[in-house]
Amino acid sequence: MSDCHDCDGCAVAVAPPPLHKGARTHVVAIIGPPNSGKSTLFNRLTGLRQKVANFPGVTVEQRVGKAKMDKAKTPHHSEVVLVDLPGVYSLSPRSEDEQVTHDVLAGTMPGIPKPDALLLILDCTNLGRHLVLAAPILSLKLPTLVILNMADDLKNRGGHVDTAELASELGSPVALVSATKGQGVEKVFQFMEGTSAGTTSLAPPRVELPILQDIPRCRQWAHDIGTGAAYRAPAPPIWTRRLDSVFLHPIAGPLIFLMVVAGVFQTIFKGAKPLMDGLQALIQTSGQWIEHILPPSIFRSLLVDGIWSGIGAVIVFLPQILLLFLFIGILEDSGYLARAALIADRTMSKFGLQGKSFIPLISAYACAVPAIMATRTIENKRDRLATILIAPFMTCSARLPVYTLIIAAFIADRPLIGHFFGMQAGALLGLYVLGFVAAIATARLLKSSILKSERVPFVLEMPPYRWPTLRSLSLRLIDRSKVFLRRAGTVILLVIVVLWVLENLPVKNGQPPEIADSFAGMIGHAVEPAIKPLGFNWKIGIGLISSIAAREVIVGTLGTIYHKEGTSESVGLREALRSDLTPGGAIALLVFFAFAMQCMSTIAVVRRETGGWKWPAIQFAYMTFLAYICALITNQVVRSGIFT
Amino acid sequence: MLQMSVNSGADAAPKGAFARTLAQLPEGEAGVLDRLDLPDDIARRLMELGFLPGHIIVPARSAPGGEPRVYRVDGSEVALRRETASRLILRPSKGAA
Repeated sequence: MSDCHDCDGCAVAVAPPPLHKGARTHVVAIIGPPNSGKSTLFNRLTGLRQKVANFPGVTVEQRVGKAKMDKAKTPHHSEVVLVDLPGVYSLSPRSEDEQVTHDVLAGTMPGIPKPDALLLILDCTNLGRHLVLAAPILSLKLPTLVILNMADDLKNRGGHVDTAELASELGSPVALVSATKGQGVEKVFQFMEGTSAGTTSLAPPRVELPILQDIPRCRQWAHDIGTGAAYRAPAPPIWTRRLDSVFLHPIAGPLIFLMVVAGVFQTIFKGAKPLMDGLQALIQTSGQWIEHILPPSIFRSLLVDGIWSGIGAVIVFLPQILLLFLFIGILEDSGYLARAALIADRTMSKFGLQGKSFIPLISAYACAVPAIMATRTIENKRDRLATILIAPFMTCSARLPVYTLIIAAFIADRPLIGHFFGMQAGALLGLYVLGFVAAIATARLLKSSILKSERVPFVLEMPPYRWPTLRSLSLRLIDRSKVFLRRAGTVILLVIVVLWVLENLPVKNGQPPEIADSFAGMIGHAVEPAIKPLGFNWKIGIGLISSIAAREVIVGTLGTIYHKEGTSESVGLREALRSDLTPGGAIALLVFFAFAMQCMSTIAVVRRETGGWKWPAIQFAYMTFLAYICALITNQVVRSGIFT
Repeated sequence: MLQMSVNSGADAAPKGAFARTLAQLPEGEAGVLDRLDLPDDIARRLMELGFLPGHIIVPARSAPGGEPRVYRVDGSEVALRRETASRLILRPSKGAA
């Protein structure tokens, strides 16, 4: 909560400041089943005036926004606070999503006042099933607007419903809306004007509400209500059936799937590169510019090498995040993501995961940060957590500079299989395999231990195909960037500044010390006994500390320590390492980097996505332990000379 | 392991008559659900998605390898793995309405 001060949207959600006496905020909650278009409507009503956080202590995302009201009609409330609740089919609190929904509606969710009114959004192309949720909602006896979404689909496919009749049956107003096109949204505003002015009166439903625990009876009740309102279900979506005959074709389906996956991978791996390089160059040049205009001092160094490069380290992730979420936005909004998950499910289930884990895990080969953010598409909380916990094992692009340096320095480039595949390429491939094996082994371990689910079945709803809208895509990109910058960016920046302090203090004669004499150097010396069995000396110790900022930073740090050029192509650095490290220590270092969670950005993102420090702490401890043990074994085995 | 024991029919058809499971229903053929042989919590979740006794279910396309398969039920399409589908017991085909 404390990091909320920088936005205006949350002030209301966290602690409503009484603006005028008697004019307390008017809170309206949006509730509906999954795939009913809830978030689209929320975006329609609030636009950019929204903020995303997690509900306290859970992984469920909380979206709170403001809808601007007509001042003339609502003198007390110029705006209404909207809370977007997770998609649920019932209010019986069994899953985390249902618990959150239940708590908000009961007014027991800390930080969120009990809603004054509800917007119940239902997909009217599937009214029979969606109306089931109306029973528990109406029994809450709050002013409720029943929104029948996808009205355009219903009409186009020959369906019909008598809204006036439905309204009198339910005792609540009913509005036909198309949230994607914005049709009928004015009726939602009219309803909120009415409730906030206090002019809406509650009418009891004409029909009797069913006993909520009896699902078959509730379904029958919903059917009867629909029949009473002359509901005619629309014809099946022809285009969806046609497209599925291609996308789920036994041969064409998997081929298209592989092309899509390759496209996503190529884009974030290669396509983001020029943008990232450009951003980095921009930060560097502007850093140099700041350096020129300021007199040399320790503060200039803090500003340029600490804060400014910390900001650079944060924004450099944006191209990958934006590109990945552009892709995921298109895939999810079009409906293809569900098909892709279906195709990938059989393979992923062998590792104890499911189809929706596939795209996040593939993305993790480029970078774990956007990949972990992308796990939001996995509805099942346990599967999502398992995917988050194993994603950092995938060989991300930040490991490559470290691998390149050590492999070039210590592994002779002798042909292994023919002329094209040498020992060095083999070693690199081996490291990729190592990460992958660690990931699937961990997934199996998790699913058979702490994430052992009560056999929650894999259930995947197949939404009809739709055109993604530019509005929804751009809102999603803005939303994800904001979430990353605010929630993860602040932590990353802080760590970079702390690392700068460690490497540049204590000051000697007004000058920053040699890195060996800095706090980081002292820590390096202090940890030497612990890392000596791995074949690492105190210099590697300093490198490991600095690489917490980002893995590739160790290359530059080692360059500084050895007084050589700090790049992975640096011949001088390779020679220095060769004379200072044993082969056992070098291979152990590669293994250490394959397993260790040497990445503050990943830790920060895991914290943000899981809603607390518990999981990133467990993950960091587990990965570091695994890295330590495996590096230890590697060093001892190589030293014993079995392979020579 | 679980799905093998179910497929072999070890615990199927307690009523004596040959009862098919949803997993055995061929693509495109309609079946009527009789009961869900699953723990209460999971059964309720599936019922919320439309897998209710008495409802008609039609298997549609599947992923390569035959599972998971998409099922048309109660106006929507939901994919299930074989291990779940084989726990949904159908009414004998004569009873299909």
